[in-house]
Amino acid sequence: MAAGGGALIIASAGSGLPSVGLVPRWLTTASHWTGRHGLLVSLREHVIYTVVAVLIAMIIAIPIGLVVGHTGKGSFAVAGFANAIRAVPAFGLMILLYVLVSPKIHFHGSIGWLVPRGAFASLVPVEAMLVVLAVPPILTNTYAGVRDTDPAVTDAARGMGMRPRQVVMRVELPIALPLMLAGIRSAVLQVIATATIAGFLPFLGGLGYQIFINGLPQINDPNVGYPAMLGAALVVAALAGVADLVLLGVERLIVSPGLARPTARTRLLRP
Amino acid sequence: MDHIPGTASRRIRANAVVVRRSDFVIRFDSVTKQYPDGTVAVDGLTLEADTGKITVLVGPSGCGKTTSLRMINRMIDPTKGRIWLDDRDIATMRPDQLRRGMGYVIQQAGLFPHRTVIDNIGTVPVLLGATRRAARRRALKLLDQVGLPANLAGRYPAQLSGGQQQRVGVARALAANPPVMLMDEPFSAVDPVVRVQLQDEFLRLQGELGKTIVFVTHDIDEAVKLGDQVAVLRVGGRLAQLATPRELLAHPSDSFVAGFVGRDRGYRALGFTPAGELPLRGETVVRLGDRLDSVAARATEGWVLVLDEHDQPQGWLAASAASDQGGAVTPEMLNLGGTLAMESSSLREALDAALSSPSGRGVIVRDDGRLIGTVTASQVLTRIEQERSAVPLAR
Amino acid sequence: MSHAWQYFTNNQSQILTWLRTTAWLAVVPLAVGLALSLPAGWVASRYRWSYPPIITVGGLLYTIPSIVLFLALPGIIGTKILDPLNVAVALTVYCVALLARVVADGLRAVDADILNAGSAMGYTGRQLLLSVQLPLAIPVIGAGLRVAAVSNVSLIAVASTLGVSQLGSLFTIGNTTGDTAPIWVGLVMFVLLALVLDGLILAGVRLMTPWRRAVGR
Repeated sequence: MAAGGGALIIASAGSGLPSVGLVPRWLTTASHWTGRHGLLVSLREHVIYTVVAVLIAMIIAIPIGLVVGHTGKGSFAVAGFANAIRAVPAFGLMILLYVLVSPKIHFHGSIGWLVPRGAFASLVPVEAMLVVLAVPPILTNTYAGVRDTDPAVTDAARGMGMRPRQVVMRVELPIALPLMLAGIRSAVLQVIATATIAGFLPFLGGLGYQIFINGLPQINDPNVGYPAMLGAALVVAALAGVADLVLLGVERLIVSPGLARPTARTRLLRP
Repeated sequence: MDHIPGTASRRIRANAVVVRRSDFVIRFDSVTKQYPDGTVAVDGLTLEADTGKITVLVGPSGCGKTTSLRMINRMIDPTKGRIWLDDRDIATMRPDQLRRGMGYVIQQAGLFPHRTVIDNIGTVPVLLGATRRAARRRALKLLDQVGLPANLAGRYPAQLSGGQQQRVGVARALAANPPVMLMDEPFSAVDPVVRVQLQDEFLRLQGELGKTIVFVTHDIDEAVKLGDQVAVLRVGGRLAQLATPRELLAHPSDSFVAGFVGRDRGYRALGFTPAGELPLRGETVVRLGDRLDSVAARATEGWVLVLDEHDQPQGWLAASAASDQGGAVTPEMLNLGGTLAMESSSLREALDAALSSPSGRGVIVRDDGRLIGTVTASQVLTRIEQERSAVPLAR
Repeated sequence: MSHAWQYFTNNQSQILTWLRTTAWLAVVPLAVGLALSLPAGWVASRYRWSYPPIITVGGLLYTIPSIVLFLALPGIIGTKILDPLNVAVALTVYCVALLARVVADGLRAVDADILNAGSAMGYTGRQLLLSVQLPLAIPVIGAGLRVAAVSNVSLIAVASTLGVSQLGSLFTIGNTTGDTAPIWVGLVMFVLLALVLDGLILAGVRLMTPWRRAVGR
């Protein structure tokens, strides 16, 4: 299986010298982009893995963050949970889930264009791992955004006759939005970077496919292996950059101009 | 969303231009608030906030004044006792609906930072079911009513000064035209000059609107200035005295109230007695531009009052400074030390006019600024003596 | 779990060797990264024009997937592909990317009144930095350091996909054999390593900021 690739390199590493200079030519060769295992397909898969994971993480993290921030109950648990999760190595978690869960999944069909035939059993551990990765930043930032809302503002909201749900949805949520979006941005960047290791599991693609399946086994051929790995990696970095810009644009659109943009300072000063 | 009974009529009221006199009385009936840790914040408070009047709760920190206020709109529920709004026990009313019928203004304004000024003001009308358009129309009127220019409508709270934020806070509380206003130290966070402005405009506004207002402050001067009645609370949440400001200054019920009311309360109490019929003396005056050599002849005790062409006093001129010079009387020669008192002023202002005047004669003017006459400090004091003998000291 | 414990005792010497490598990979980049971030962060905080480029470059570096960096470094610095040095250098890069911003923000966040009071008492710019600004920024820098430490430990695991021999190899072994025991051992070792590092940094920050303990929190 894919892990065999690791052993293969150990045996042969060190002979071929990596050649950075070949990367631009590899990236500009049309045949590397098209076809069933081309970069475009990998890119699409990578985006799907990312979007699915971040959406699931948002569905989990945002309500919890709002409730905990609003009530103040469970804030200790949230901070502890988020820190504990950060200490778990994503790669180890993915392998554990793959070994434990995947054999028990007997669905081998495809789900539309989202999940190709046979990939579901591998996809579950990958998405689970990515969700685990994406929840902490979204959760802690949503919680912090709500918690940091000026108490005078929520007091006024209640005093004017808003019900608790209205206080959350009309006051705390919009005020927490900048911090929340910062959390989502950081989750997206982390997930894009980490989704690369999905390529380590069978039947899965993403840009990691180019690295682990196309690149790694041919690492000793300086004309193919290394340029493919680094080329795909640069596409990952570009994807991360584009995603960041898109999210910044979204932030500009939906955050009230009355709110100061959060700086890293405000995020870090209040641990 | 569930249907709120009375929404339709409230909607009409929220949009109404006609100001409605309120007929709401708030009564505290032996209200006690004790926290789970044993602290008693309010202890057996009985008190009535009258229709259309300003009731001020004042006291040092820890006296339970804010707690008392917040029990009126059920931000806090009492441990014992009842609070009545007319004949209704507020404990039987839904908190959110109760609150929508009461304006609420707090010290830090608590404006929503993500909403423009106009949408902040429109908050309660929208909660009551008004359309955004209608709420904005109403908000524009209120903006004008609290003395803010319409071009602030589209600003965000962060772009306003502290004083402007407080005005928006007051406008927001007034938006649904609630009969009752609860105000928790609304002017404490602004600088003294702006505070006086806000207080004056608040009184003017209340003169127009006649709300039932409960007002919390720690500042006795503010309490005495704004209150129709003042409730002084002591630490531990017990009512020390409930009285009109004048009564409070004249007859503090015990040493705590006396100490809290302050040392120069005798002088400040004069602020509640209209100057009324002071024995005014006529002045021989000169006008700006008169020849200087005519001044000495018209001076009394070395000073002459200078008017402009509208009979408005400009300042005092010392005869000694004018006698041996030629030329005309110019504004630069005048002593501007004296304050003016108006005919509708209190004894306090009349006395101050006399004390501050370089000639020892306080200038009294009509409300349009034209001179009526002057009065000496001893004449004001005589008037005060008469006033005292008219109102028996013992209670 | 007893299965995992047995796996641990059976392979103890191998696992402890990997632990040493992993600990080295976790600590050295952190220390070097901090040493490099302090001047970079200071420059960014001191010269307004330099803040955006330094922070942007840091942010971009931070978005580079770790595998990419592990792979690109041999081509850039001429090391062999399996050299643990690649991992160390990559993690150092991440550290600097994260910490430069933290240091800059931490220094900038120090109350201007305190700095004015300092210069009014006759501190020179350098004295102000070393004896007022930097100590007051320690809590913020410490918080950033903890984030960097924990995320570094997690990234080291990824290096094993390329065959760099350390604790992460337990995961690749588990993947090839289908045995959960090495995976569990790996997860526990990684989490423990992260917690110990985190605790050490926390203790260090507390030791260096006695004034924060004085107020009780």
